[in-house]
Amino acid sequence: MSAHKIAKSLLLATMVLLIIPTLSVAQQPESHMGKLTGHADSGKQLYYRFCWGCHGFRGDGSGENWLPTGSYPTMPYLNIQPRNFDAAVFKCRSTPTGTLPTDEDLYNSVGRGFVMTNMPSWLSLTSQQRADLVAFIKSFSRRFKSEKPGDPIHVPAETKLTVESIKHGQELFQKLECWKCHGPEGRGDGPSASTLTDSNDQPIRPYNFAVGSRFKCGVTNQDLYKIFMTGLDGTPMPSFADVIKPEDAWDLVHFLRTLQITNKTPELALWESTKEGAEQIASRKPYGTPTGSGVKQ
Amino acid sequence: MRARLISTVAAVALIFAAALLHARAGGGTVSGKTTYEGTPAKPKPIDMSKEPSCQKQHVTPVTTETVVTGPNNSLANVVVYISAGAPDDAAPGQAATFDQKGCQYIPHVLAFQVNQQLKVVNDDQTSHNIHPLAKINREWNKSQPPGTPPIIDKYDKPEFIPVKCNVHPWMHGTFAVLKNSHYSVSAQDGGFSLPNLPAGKYTVTAWHESYGEQTQEVTISGSETKTVNFVFKAKPY
Repeated sequence: MSAHKIAKSLLLATMVLLIIPTLSVAQQPESHMGKLTGHADSGKQLYYRFCWGCHGFRGDGSGENWLPTGSYPTMPYLNIQPRNFDAAVFKCRSTPTGTLPTDEDLYNSVGRGFVMTNMPSWLSLTSQQRADLVAFIKSFSRRFKSEKPGDPIHVPAETKLTVESIKHGQELFQKLECWKCHGPEGRGDGPSASTLTDSNDQPIRPYNFAVGSRFKCGVTNQDLYKIFMTGLDGTPMPSFADVIKPEDAWDLVHFLRTLQITNKTPELALWESTKEGAEQIASRKPYGTPTGSGVKQ
Repeated sequence: MRARLISTVAAVALIFAAALLHARAGGGTVSGKTTYEGTPAKPKPIDMSKEPSCQKQHVTPVTTETVVTGPNNSLANVVVYISAGAPDDAAPGQAATFDQKGCQYIPHVLAFQVNQQLKVVNDDQTSHNIHPLAKINREWNKSQPPGTPPIIDKYDKPEFIPVKCNVHPWMHGTFAVLKNSHYSVSAQDGGFSLPNLPAGKYTVTAWHESYGEQTQEVTISGSETKTVNFVFKAKPY
């Protein structure tokens, strides 16, 4: 072998060695939301600045705010355990129960925050930074490597808001026994409410419709539709996708809106304009009743 | 040289055929009893007054099923299965049915195979939600109001999955998802039997929801029946 040939093969080997790491970098987890592409390596910097205090060094939801060092028995600063990214079970999804969320679902959760928990809205970060965080969060669980997100549940166009649709929604609220947990007036004080635990055996309260306007997973009627169709995985809230027809689901949405007595929705206004609705609203417990009253935790 | 090769191939084929025939002919059996020693926790009565449609189905109040015992210290609802030594089996065609009746799970412990169809039925006049708390498989949670069709699903990895209904907090059960067809859930008298085992060395595991897991090694030759008993230490709480 001539010196020339040796030099040539050495050059080739060096090139191959240089290409290999570039390839592996290209396989770093990414997130894709419309035109936005998030990169895990940038997300990592952000995570270890903003997120790990609660979500933990390993993303398993056991950060110092959940398990403070130096106190025994451990008294968490938080009342709801931060999400464990390792388990990859997420409440707010557009996908069926038991499936992974889409990147957009996670991106929306980071921006929205979780009402009545310590998870704030991260709109203070740029959209690119939130996208990068989503890419990094996904790297904590092997599930995102081996499984694909579920097919998002189709949300058909909203049906017309009528008194009949509110009445039918009320029937469904009874029939599907939503009140067993959420209470007859949607105050989160149903007969089963005090027994509820999440999948980590932590006590959890059903949503109280009487306070505020925001739901766990958004503010719009579409968001509310998705909540009961997908279920909130990891919590007692099941999916009703197999048991409610889309047109019935919209009726239920219309009724649920009338339970938000501090949020002047078109649904509440229409319901209040009828005799039956006005009587029902007048007979409700006064505003200011503590959240989930009667729930011992 | 060639003749030797042919004869070797023939001999190997014969051994294979013999092994196959032997397996078909039934093979050996592992059977025995699951019992406890010590004092188990007393079953507690369940208050179903919040669910009258279920309460009226029971003449005598129902008790918790975390420990179900019988005469002579027998322990029921123990999943006994071959955890090592047997190859993974394809899922059988028939579905494993999990019934909700009188606000109880029937059976309390349901054993079935990986990828076998699971069928969840609601025979009650109330809504249940079926919430299997899987960790290795995917966790899901579905509502099943009365009169709705069965929920059909399957699991693709072996796992012992606690199942609960969030509406009725006393409802607890277990899905035992297993790799092969050699399993048995011990009856009220603690009896179990794992038939049709080809000759070989096996690890037999017994799992109980409150008392944990035990294993024993067993070697089966021919069509013999080996007796293997499991004794669990009962905890009074």
